[in-house]
Parts: sequence; C-alpha cells; structure tokens
Amino acid sequence: MDFTLTEEQGAIRDLARAFAQKEIAPYAADWDRTHEFPAHVYEKMGAQGLMGLPFPEAYGGAGADAIATALAIEEISKADGSIGLTYAAHMGLGAAPIFLFGNEEQKREWLAPLAQGKGLGALSLTEPSGGSDLAGSVKTTARLDGDEWVLNGSKLYVTSGKVARSIIVLCRTAENQGHRGLSLIIVPHGAPGLMIGKLESKMGLHTSLTTQVFFEECRVPRENLLGEAGQGFRYTMQVLDGGRIGIGAMALGLGEAALDASVKYAQQREAFGKPIAEFQAIQHMLADSAMELEAARLLIYKAAALKQQGKKFSVEAAQAKLFATEAADRVCWKAIQIHGGAGYLTDFPVERYYRDNRLLLIGEGTSEVQRMIIARDLLANAYE
Amino acid sequence: MPYNIVALLKRVPDTESKITLRDNAVVTEGLNFVLDPYGEYGLEKALQLVEQHGGKVTAVLCGPADAKETIRKALAVGADDAVHLSDPAFEGGDAAATARVLAAALKQIPFDLIWSGKQAVDQDNAQVPERVAELLDLPHVNSVIEFTLAADGKTARCVREVDGERDVMTTTLPAIFTAQQGLGELRYPSLKGIMGAKKKPITDWNAAALGLDVAAVGAAGAKFQVIQLEPPPARPPGKIIPGDAQTAAQELARLLHEESKII
Repeated sequence: MDFTLTEEQGAIRDLARAFAQKEIAPYAADWDRTHEFPAHVYEKMGAQGLMGLPFPEAYGGAGADAIATALAIEEISKADGSIGLTYAAHMGLGAAPIFLFGNEEQKREWLAPLAQGKGLGALSLTEPSGGSDLAGSVKTTARLDGDEWVLNGSKLYVTSGKVARSIIVLCRTAENQGHRGLSLIIVPHGAPGLMIGKLESKMGLHTSLTTQVFFEECRVPRENLLGEAGQGFRYTMQVLDGGRIGIGAMALGLGEAALDASVKYAQQREAFGKPIAEFQAIQHMLADSAMELEAARLLIYKAAALKQQGKKFSVEAAQAKLFATEAADRVCWKAIQIHGGAGYLTDFPVERYYRDNRLLLIGEGTSEVQRMIIARDLLANAYE
Repeated sequence: MPYNIVALLKRVPDTESKITLRDNAVVTEGLNFVLDPYGEYGLEKALQLVEQHGGKVTAVLCGPADAKETIRKALAVGADDAVHLSDPAFEGGDAAATARVLAAALKQIPFDLIWSGKQAVDQDNAQVPERVAELLDLPHVNSVIEFTLAADGKTARCVREVDGERDVMTTTLPAIFTAQQGLGELRYPSLKGIMGAKKKPITDWNAAALGLDVAAVGAAGAKFQVIQLEPPPARPPGKIIPGDAQTAAQELARLLHEESKII
C-alpha cells in the first residue's frame, strides 16, 4: 500500500491550488456577498484544461485519473465552495453521463465543448414530487413524435441550470414500467419549450446558480437520447456514484479551509494573556478536526482509486461522501467555535464554509440515502 | 528567426517550507521542492521568445537524482526538452564548482542565448550565471526586467533597475541574461502540459559524460566552506508607542534614528 501521489497527481493538485489561491480565494467573500457569478473564472479554468480534467484528450480533456480529479475539486473548493460545486457538477454530472453512455457523435457534439470549457454542463433529476425517491417521483415525460423527443414536466434544484450549455434530463419514456421506464435525454440551452425558472435563494453556495427547469412541449432531436431507452435510472445511479467522490472532495476542501483558518486564528487570538492555541480545549478541537479530515481524505482517495481501476466503488463512494461531508460539518462548526464571536461575522470566512458545506449532506444523495446504500450492501452480503 | 534558448534552473526548497538544520546543512527529508522563482522568470521569458520567434527551450538543471520531478515542472509549462546534470560528485559544490559543471554541459548544447535567475532563493549566492559567462567567454547582463531582441536577431536590449533608475544595455548574442523580479511571472502549466511532460526527453549527464575531473566539481572542487549554518534570529515583537500623536511621533522619530538607525 502506497499513500503517495503520483507525480502527475501532485502536479495537477499544485496547478489547481496555485490557480485557486490566486484567481479565486481573494474574491470568494465578495462573490458570496454580491452573488455575482464569476463567469471569467470558468473561462480561465477552461483555458488551463481544468474543465475537462478526467475526459480523454480526443475530446479536449486532459486524461487525468480519478484521484487527480478529486484533488482538483478539493483545491478549488478550498478557495470557494460555489465554484467547487459548479466545477464538480459540471464534470461529474453534466459531462460524465455523455462520456459514459454517449455514442461517438454525442461525445463530439456534447462532451467536447464541455471538456474544453466552452460551456457548463448540468444534470436534472429531482422533481417537486420527490428527491430521494427518484424512481418513483419522476413525472417528467418524453414521447417520440417523428424524429423528435417531446418533453413535458419540471425539475428542481438544477445546479448551473441557468447557464448550462446542455442539461441532461431524467425523464419517463415508457409508462407503467417503474424505474425501467426512465431515460436520459440531452436538452441543449435554448431548446424550444425549455424554460429556466428563477434563481433559488440559498443559505450558501451563492454563486452556484440553482434553478427550476420547466419543459412545455420541449422538442429535441431523437439522437439526443443517451445510451438506451429505459436505462436512465441505472445510468443515473452509476453517475451519482462518481459524483459522490466529487462531493466528498468538495467537503474535504471546505473542511481544510476551515481548519487552516482555525489554526491561524488560534495562534493570533489571545485570551487570559496567551494565544488561545495554548489552551487544551482549543487544541482538542484542532486535533479532532485534523484527524477527521485525514480519515475523510483516505476514504475519498480510496473510492477514487477503485473507480480508476474499474472496480466496484458504490459503497466506498457512499462512505466517502457521507463521512467527508459530516466531518466537514463538524470541522466548520468547531472553526466557528474557535473563532468565537468573530466566527459568526461575515468578516471571517468560517461561517461561509459552514453554510457552503451544509448542502453537501443533502445533495447527490442525503446522508440518510448514503447510510441506506451502505447498510443494504452490508445486509445483502451478510445473508449470502 | 528561431532561437535555441537554454533556461538554467535550480531546485530549491519551497519558500513556505519550514527549514530545519542538522550538521550545518538543511534537512532535505520531507521538504517540498520547487523551481527557483528567479529561474522561473527567465524560463517564462525564454518561452515567450520562442512563442514570438520560433525555436526551442532547453531546461538545464544541476541537482540530485530526485530533482526529475522539478525538471518536469519546466517541461509541463512548455520547455521542449531538458538536461539533468546529476552525479553524486556534483553535490556539495560552491558557485565556482557548479558553474564548471554547467559550463561543461553548455559546451554540448547549441544555444543562441541563455536565461538564468539572477540568484537562487536558497543560498542567494548570485554568482553562478556570471561565472558560467566567464568560463564560456560570453557577455552577460544581470537583473534584467525588460528584454527585446533586435530584428536582425544579433543583439538584445535589456533594461535593469538600478537605484530606482532604468539602466539600458545592449549586447551581442550569444549571451547570458539573468532575470529579476518584474520580468514576468511564470505561467501556470496547462493540464495538457502536465500530462505531456512525461513524454518529453530529459538527457542525463554525469561527470564522466561531461569529461569533468571529479576533483574540480562538487564538494571536492569547492573553495568555499560552510563553517556554521544557523537559522536567523527570531524577529523581535513589534513595539507599540503610547501617547498622543505628537509625542508618539517624536518618540518614533527618535527610535528610528537612534535604535534602528534608519533616519
């Protein structure tokens, strides 16, 4: 067992870190306050090749492995959670399904522009009638009319929905077939009948543009079906497995930022005549945070390594996502506690990390869904 | 016209690393190494010149076997190939000994001009490129902040900052130039560059390959001896001068004059 990064992984982490600390971190607090969408950052990330990190060079990607991809998401998120989420969702949700299930023409038309950073990708799953109960709650339909799919319905919580070049939609293409009646269809920005709802006002992640999306007799070419009809649910589960590594990496980045801020503050802030870092109560919080983040890191990198090796990684991804997001929640909580009153002010970054991380215990499968995945596997294997 | 440009680079500890000392030497275990920032400015200028005029950039680095990773950083940002000068006999050298190694290597590499950092941030010697210039009998201009090549490709115009004034120098090529902060920050590597760096050639040369006498290089060839190495004294805490503005200003002026002797 070797825990060292490869040279390439290290170089990609260094690039992502240098880029994030220079181009993103100094402005993150401002963007959080103004909710201004930093479009130019994504253009620069595209120029560096970051937007297509895990995809083959043939489509304009960089051909990096899953661990390097997690490292890049971690470093970007450490600087700004909103950009981290937009970035992770772009690669893991908006682009990955096309790479995994698309045919050659679809990869050229839809994956390549996303990999080259010429637009953001999105995936829309959740509907007003239900989130975790995905198979049962999808009411958006798509019917074939000649050479076109005609979509009707609405989706909630679409990350980057407002700006995405393409939105992949989980919809029902056959009635009365349960999850076997679901399919994934690519809907381009500006498709007739596609309407983008208002921006949601959120607790955090303010520059991640979350929207509702409506389809009213929305027409797209028949070729926009991804893979096979009826496989949409299975495809989605596979995509979410990968996406969870990204969400875990995001939480890890936010947790690291919170711990770094805590260590710095604890050494500067004095109480009772000495820096508060000298008090055991503070030291224990710092030590626990460091340990929890290290454990999260190992879970994330292990899930990514399994993914890279082409092995099963659903349970490991669920464990990594669950542990990392809940650990980061505790680390951010302690960071505010260590900062005391200052931590509650928006003058210090820790309250932002706390707010930004909070979604990660919900999105791409709640903590409860992750526990369900882990327990199901455990029980299934126990009775074999 | 295209140019063959050599960028002389050095591997140094990351300036954010915590340096520890043992037996009059820096403990290198666990240290994170980077390209020397001044060398990076020179490399950036070399890359820009090749972008404008064509040609190629060869990165040359003298350092231990595990410096390959640092060399690949230069290849990732765009150097075309690299030469790694590595031999246990090269280690522990002073500026003169290291310059001998570099000069021997540069006799084997075709070049029109050479870029180097004006100094390296680890030892701040600021001697190696000048010594290389002497050994190769080349003109050199140090601490360059602006650089342009003449249209005929035979001369270069350099601007240096000297005591707040601009010092303009021209020289014929080939020549050695050393980079000062302000010449331009090194670009980020692109992902394509990082992934492609492994495929670019790195030539390894040791003392034998360069025909160097091992007694003239490394610790054996060094005239310079480290007697003692110790960390700089801890910075004393800041001083707060109490009182109203007038008396505080008077006291500040007195301290600046009498204690720190700045004014």
